[in-house]
Amino acid sequence: MSALSSSNWDRRAVLRAAAGLAALGPLAACGGNTGREGGGSSGKSLVQYFHAYGEAGTQEAIKRYAKAYDEARVTTQWITGTNFESKLFSSLLTDNAPDVFEFHPQLQLIKSGQVAPLDDILAPVKDDFNPADIKSHTVDGKVYGVRMIDDPQFFFYRKSLLQKAGIGVPQTLDELAEAAGKLTTDKVKGLFLGNNMTSTNYALVWAAGADQLNDKNEIAYHTDEVAAALKTYRRMFTSGHLLLDAPADYWDPSALVQGLTAIQWCGMWAMPVMQKSLGDDLGIFPFPSAASGAEPAVYNGGWSMFVNAKGKNVDLAKEYVKWLWIDQKKYQEDWALSYGFHIPPRKSLAASATKLKSGLPAEGVKLFTDYGRFDNISWTQAMITALEEVVANSVRKGMDPEKALDAADVKVNRELKKLFG
Amino acid sequence: MSTTPAAPNTPTTPTTPTAPARDADRPASAEGPGPGPGAGRSRKGVRGSTLSFWIFTGPFLVGLVIFVYIPIGWSAWLSFFEARYTVTPDKFIGLDNYRLMLTNGDFTGSLVTFTVFAAIIVPVTWALSLGLALMVHRLRFMKAFFRSVFFLPTACSFVAASLIWKMSLFSGVRFGMMNTVLGWFGVENIAWLANPNPPWYWLVIVTVRLWLQAGFYMILFLAALQNIPPVLYEAAAIDGARPGWQTFRHITLPQLRATSTAVILLLLVAAYQAFDEFFNLLAKTTWGRPPLVELYYTALGEDQDYGAGSAGAVILTLLICMVTLLQGRFLGFGKGEDSR
Repeated sequence: MSALSSSNWDRRAVLRAAAGLAALGPLAACGGNTGREGGGSSGKSLVQYFHAYGEAGTQEAIKRYAKAYDEARVTTQWITGTNFESKLFSSLLTDNAPDVFEFHPQLQLIKSGQVAPLDDILAPVKDDFNPADIKSHTVDGKVYGVRMIDDPQFFFYRKSLLQKAGIGVPQTLDELAEAAGKLTTDKVKGLFLGNNMTSTNYALVWAAGADQLNDKNEIAYHTDEVAAALKTYRRMFTSGHLLLDAPADYWDPSALVQGLTAIQWCGMWAMPVMQKSLGDDLGIFPFPSAASGAEPAVYNGGWSMFVNAKGKNVDLAKEYVKWLWIDQKKYQEDWALSYGFHIPPRKSLAASATKLKSGLPAEGVKLFTDYGRFDNISWTQAMITALEEVVANSVRKGMDPEKALDAADVKVNRELKKLFG
Repeated sequence: MSTTPAAPNTPTTPTTPTAPARDADRPASAEGPGPGPGAGRSRKGVRGSTLSFWIFTGPFLVGLVIFVYIPIGWSAWLSFFEARYTVTPDKFIGLDNYRLMLTNGDFTGSLVTFTVFAAIIVPVTWALSLGLALMVHRLRFMKAFFRSVFFLPTACSFVAASLIWKMSLFSGVRFGMMNTVLGWFGVENIAWLANPNPPWYWLVIVTVRLWLQAGFYMILFLAALQNIPPVLYEAAAIDGARPGWQTFRHITLPQLRATSTAVILLLLVAAYQAFDEFFNLLAKTTWGRPPLVELYYTALGEDQDYGAGSAGAVILTLLICMVTLLQGRFLGFGKGEDSR
């Protein structure tokens, strides 16, 4: 340190110091790459986060829409991998957080002040949105997030394989288990519920006549019927009739298309690829009733656009969301129907979506309408994880479902207490 | 060569102008009390090397402080706060996060997972890398080729290797490589990663890590083997020692003690840092989570509880310190001559 403070700088020392600083230059440049440089013609810039969609052409489409926005240069972070949530949550705590991002409605984002209410930009078109979508984004009368697409999830099946096995479309969970057994051969497994079997969590609870939370935001999933349904799942898991450890997970149509399974849980987004490969040998049905008197279930997933309330350009970000997801109907239609089938959340767009008017897509829309259930905004990430652990413990590990549900209750109640006191 | 002492007043060394310059090359301490003519140049040299030291190490020290010490301190501070979805909390909760983590079965279970993992991977990697080193060391031809072949997997990333293991070698479908081979013998498809009973996932996790790291430790053993003096083997042979197991046990193995100790230490550290293969191979499970994966899910994953995650990190750090001290005591690592 004394050497640094010495005034005896000679020529070589200065050169050495300069070389050292020069070596640091590239490092500084790396650290400064926030993806915000440029700014387009207006000099303003925004960053948006998207998870990587599986359908070909989606990344290019999102970038094309963003490029068409004149008021700011919009940079897209297309986040691959399976942990979009954790990457998003972590980045929201930093200065490099996105200005806008896609996600699902969750109360903790609102309680943490991380998302801005969008009533002002939604107000003129609020009535044109599916009321269930508006409800699932509303807290204390304010709407957070603009729904981009609705993604119903149900079972896809090979009609020929069911006919060959002499069975009809399963109407109950027990019949589904029985069908899986009859459809299983040395080449094909009867049923694919996803590699970790958590993709049907909500549908299983709903089809057992329960819900995640009740109207008072109390636990509603812990019922005898849900425990019984978990036991049926366990029976299926140990029977050898389920496809497990497939190279691609439930959201990818590969398992059904490649003939690895006869029935697969998947989303309507994969319908065009399945139809292209299987033609008319493709049918769909909802998650069958899992308790006496309970309705079948369809999970209406989807993605919504949110504005980072702690961002540096909140007003500009809201303008961009309004421009793209409220004003630009041609892009919304393109996004919903050109790269896989999604149901547009705007009634006017859904009414004019000719691709969804006939055949299997129309059946999908009917299942969405008849049995579809939407996200509960109070059901947060910690609760999602708790229910996933119930399936991991009781179905895959063999723990008594009651004990697994008890363990989840502790975690969910702790979360509910933090959110609602 | 005369041994007669020189007569008084006879100069023994010629007085030349270069004498002071030779004196300047001596250490400064030999100059006597005053600042001799060479002392200034010597201090300047020290100053120069000090400046170079700071120029070359300064940036890294700054990086170390910013990216390691401050986060560690911040993490310790966070562990006493309710810090969900924030790293700048304001609600002090004392030791609650520590209580939560110590009573959290998932966290304590992760320590068990680590123990099982370390108990398998450390001795197996040690034995395999030593075996490979002995094999390559004895080769008479293509030694460099095989050394490279076994070392090359070290260049592969854990994530890439995990995906190859998961989607190709140990895929649960009929065209997964392992299932194809088993199918030739009439064995039904095995769901290697989906089913914890039986825990086949350990086979997948252990083999991927063995493939990735055995080559590196083989190189360490190879270097140590080349340092064993051949004279020891010759002496043993003269004394009647049989080549093979007897020579290996009584000469090779003792001579490799220092390297073995270092390898075991490195393997244990690597086992503590296990993350990538567990994270990529086991999704949405409640089993097979080593401490870092568990802490990732608690703090950086979907739960976003930085307070609890930080408390877990502090507990883990203390535990690692204790194990390291105990290990140093038992293995005698770093005790000079004893450690050889």
